[in-house]
Amino acid sequence: MSDEPLLRVSNLTKYYGSRLGCADVNFELYPGEVLAIVGESGSGKTTLLNTLSANLEPTSGEALYRMRDESWRNIYELSEAERRFLTRTDWGFVHQNPADGLRMTVSAGANVGERLMAVGDRHYGKIRDTALDWLGRVEVAADRIDDQPRSFSGGMRQRLQIARNLVTGPRLVFMDEPTGGLDVSVQARLLDLLRQLVGELGLSAIVVTHDLAVARLLSHRMMVMKGGHVIEAGLTDRVLDDPREPYTQLLVSSILQV
Amino acid sequence: MTALSVRNLAKTFTMHLRGGISLPVVENVTFDINAGECVVLGGPSGAGKSSILKMVYGNYGVDGGEVLIAHDGRQVDLASADPRTVLTLRRDAIGYVSQFLRTVPRVSALDVVAEPLVVRGTDKEEAQRRAGEMLSRLNLPERLWSLPPATFSGGEQQRVNIARGFITHHPVLLLDEPTASLDAANRAVVVGMIAQKKREGVAMLGIFHDEDVRAEVADRIVDVTGFAPKVAA
Repeated sequence: MSDEPLLRVSNLTKYYGSRLGCADVNFELYPGEVLAIVGESGSGKTTLLNTLSANLEPTSGEALYRMRDESWRNIYELSEAERRFLTRTDWGFVHQNPADGLRMTVSAGANVGERLMAVGDRHYGKIRDTALDWLGRVEVAADRIDDQPRSFSGGMRQRLQIARNLVTGPRLVFMDEPTGGLDVSVQARLLDLLRQLVGELGLSAIVVTHDLAVARLLSHRMMVMKGGHVIEAGLTDRVLDDPREPYTQLLVSSILQV
Repeated sequence: MTALSVRNLAKTFTMHLRGGISLPVVENVTFDINAGECVVLGGPSGAGKSSILKMVYGNYGVDGGEVLIAHDGRQVDLASADPRTVLTLRRDAIGYVSQFLRTVPRVSALDVVAEPLVVRGTDKEEAQRRAGEMLSRLNLPERLWSLPPATFSGGEQQRVNIARGFITHHPVLLLDEPTASLDAANRAVVVGMIAQKKREGVAMLGIFHDEDVRAEVADRIVDVTGFAPKVAA
């Protein structure tokens, strides 16, 4: 792991009018690190993710990101064009519902190729080869490259969304309940794939999930949110094996044993 | 040379879901382990042996005290280290052989064992070759190697776990009942593997309920009942 963080978040706060989304969030994320944000519905974890990924403007606070040229920039002070470039190349965002992250009426190959074209790739043959390679890596059969994701199963769509995000070699990927809404067997396959890809590519990732097993499998560190505040944070297995806060103890003790 | 130095560790659980009652587990836990030495924690169930092991590995937080581990020519306190430092120590300095295998869906037994080497930069084929050696030594039939261990028997899973824990060269190794569900032949294999780690200068801290195994591997026994909290809850 590198000694310099990729992201430095300080006092990040988001209000919707007078209603609190999330408040006073502070953390650093290092290259290769996976951070899980857990908490129940309404705890502010999705608000935090959307703010961190610059989809929402914070009410106060800042998020400094180390750009590829090593300069530190507050992501909320980037120009619209700079921000778009960042979100299309150096960042990925995996939505819970693949339809939110894919273009459902263009082919699978084009879904992957589109991100490459955004970074200036123009050679059709090369784009198609890269798309094919990525479909293989996420275990989508090569003969489905010209099909639209509308004809894909939920698990395939989610894997395609992951390929679309990773094809540009991002350094930071945001994931919102990446396995939510999938069958358990499909979830297991996706989790294993994510775990492998994150490890191989040395990605940093911020994963929002309400599933503590997902957090255990994917993340190094976790933050527990309740009522918009981070109430407990630390090494993932420390938080799960020795939860301190009443709410974290409740979460951990609520897991059903199979 | 002291490889692991535990100083005045204390642990109390606060059960917020049970009216906030406090359960003091241990206090003043203090011992040293030298390179090439195997120290076994002794005492009845519930005395806090597993809790001590988990504090030393950082799975449990501590209420006080230090866990000093030699790393890069310095002594680093794992108990107060930030998560990144704990992960670095776990990568380079301290390993853990747990009692139960946490299976990962779809990953074969061979890759489960090879993984710790792969993440430390060993070439995948070389890592798999060494994983195969470990599994052979532990008498896990080769036809099982390509299967995910989720459906294995308790003893088979434990051997996969032992192979995974012993394949790396951590200077400090924690052993949480690694022989609990093994037959006599495989217990003997594990005893041999522990002896080999000693010769390689590895400092080990373990829990062994099997008296024969304990007698064979232990250089010293630290009686955990001596760390019982003096003040009742």
